[in-house]
Amino acid sequence: MARVEDTLHDREVRQAGSLRDEEITVADFTTELADRIPGVEFELEPEQEMLTVNMGPHHPATHGVLRLVVNLEGEVVKDLKPVIGYVHTGIEKSCEQMTYWKAIPFVERMDYLSYFFNMQAYVGAVEKLIGLEVPRRAQYLRVLHMELNRLHSHLVWLGTTALDLGAMGVYFYCFRDRDRVLDTFEMSTGQRMHTRYFQIGGVAEDIPAGFEQKVRSTIAQLKIGIDQYEALLDKNEIFLIRTKDVGVVDRERLLELGVTGPLLRAAGDPWDLRKEGGYLSYPELDFDIPVGTVGDGYDRYRVRLTEMRESMKIIEQCLDGLPEGPWIADDRKYALPPRSELSTSMESLIHHFKLVTEGFRVDPGEVYNPIESPRGELGCFVMADGSSKPARVHFREPSFVNLQALADMTIGEYVADLIQTLAMLDPILGGIDR
Amino acid sequence: MPDAPGLELILAEINRETPGAVLDTSFDREQAALIVDPAKVVEVLTWLKETPGQEYTFLSSVHGADHFPLTPRFAVHYELLNRDRYERLRVKVVIPDPEAAAADAPNFASDAGSVGGTPGTPGEVRPGMPPTNPAPTPSVEMDGQLLPVVPSVVDLFPTADFQEREVYDFFGIVFEGHPDLRRILMPEDYLGWPQRRDFPVGGEPVIFTRDEVTNPGWWQ
Repeated sequence: MARVEDTLHDREVRQAGSLRDEEITVADFTTELADRIPGVEFELEPEQEMLTVNMGPHHPATHGVLRLVVNLEGEVVKDLKPVIGYVHTGIEKSCEQMTYWKAIPFVERMDYLSYFFNMQAYVGAVEKLIGLEVPRRAQYLRVLHMELNRLHSHLVWLGTTALDLGAMGVYFYCFRDRDRVLDTFEMSTGQRMHTRYFQIGGVAEDIPAGFEQKVRSTIAQLKIGIDQYEALLDKNEIFLIRTKDVGVVDRERLLELGVTGPLLRAAGDPWDLRKEGGYLSYPELDFDIPVGTVGDGYDRYRVRLTEMRESMKIIEQCLDGLPEGPWIADDRKYALPPRSELSTSMESLIHHFKLVTEGFRVDPGEVYNPIESPRGELGCFVMADGSSKPARVHFREPSFVNLQALADMTIGEYVADLIQTLAMLDPILGGIDR
Repeated sequence: MPDAPGLELILAEINRETPGAVLDTSFDREQAALIVDPAKVVEVLTWLKETPGQEYTFLSSVHGADHFPLTPRFAVHYELLNRDRYERLRVKVVIPDPEAAAADAPNFASDAGSVGGTPGTPGEVRPGMPPTNPAPTPSVEMDGQLLPVVPSVVDLFPTADFQEREVYDFFGIVFEGHPDLRRILMPEDYLGWPQRRDFPVGGEPVIFTRDEVTNPGWWQ
């Protein structure tokens, strides 16, 4: 009973804003102690009380292999430095050794929760370099899979974040639903993760019979699921206390730091490249961009939850309006000829052989192709030097850039809230380290 | 996206204020780019950010590139974005390799000490890139190697902090004025610049526990 009272009291104090607004220093504690114990001298300087804590790299709440060096004064974070690079695998360098279409499996493995987005950023850049038009059916299939991927990514985020805040049940439910999304990937592409489904010029193959029904039933289940998670978390006292007014950074500062995606939208900026950039078939689809007002952890949670509902809207529109036609560009110089042609056409056989062994050559040039990933602006820079291998592949990873805002979000707050803020940032270390 | 004439206008306006700042423009595959003198990149970015009518206030990405074996060798790209008009503009800084310049003129390093530079060596030229950089390239010496120096833009765009560290880490391009220029993804004691084109893939031998003692690292 005492604990409940404490929590309620805590909430009232927090709502009044008295705990958050004033700067809490060690000096306050020492004077308070001096008042309570007369006759004892407390001569501690605040600097002497600074404690450096090393969080990670192997810590379940850092969402990967992230190390944070945190300076604490009492329980308050005074300084924070992220140390990254523990899972650096040199993917950008490896891509330079591969022909253009053999680099696709590499880029997928950067941000392992948004592989369709990585593929689209890279494949889109190469298509811009060679000036290849993607057929409409392939565009719709790409959007369909990317939005399913967004659901998958946000479900993992929701589950792990709720776990960090003590809601273990949500974690299990989210992973159950995530597995259903992965089942749809398995059906259309043959793989659950790292599918290598996007091909330069379109997609690798058409969706199988029964795929539409599978996706529709998954969406129907997920709709109920999301309502339930929302009810679990939105009426959870502890969740609300721990997320509201925590980790607030204003919109201007976020833009200075280059933060994009749900973090920026939660601060009230309706910035979404799906609307602004208008790539693939997004201009033909009807969806809204959720924005927050305060930019605290709760807004970030609400924005992502609403984004999942919008993603389901997009998926249903894609299924309803899926155009008939080819799913890969009809250009034998860049796209593999269909298997059936190989036994009848000599030229097809030659082109198939050349594409698989040498790949296609790309005239010198540079392209930066930005798309909206679940974490923000994911840009792929590809430089061609005239050979059949890219001279440079660089990914502007949203997790990498957004991580710079973590210090701004946490300095001056409690160390316990650091876990919450980090979870709401949604960093994927595979994407940060590449 | 400013088109080719629009880029020429921007070039003319910047060069009126800071002569010689923009060397060239390129408009290729609907990607607009300004090629800028490395020494004046901060002035150009400030102008693009603050001039009314331009207002490229968002820096999407900073990345390096290595054109080896072409000259000038290195490049740093700044992907700017105007959020109101949704226009992207790439500002490109092209830097010759001070190491190659020192090899061409062996007496130069002894004349100028550790800091100095020389015009880019003539070589094959790629379209959209200036043939040579007339201004001498500033460089610093680190571990017996001359590294090119570019001014840092962190004061103007705080988002460049991590990204400039990444370029330094992978290409060995030093950003002058960066508050905390350390390696970011590679280990702190790593030697070499792994994203350079002449850095070998697989050059680092796999060290098993059994031959850890007898098989030294590639740098030894």
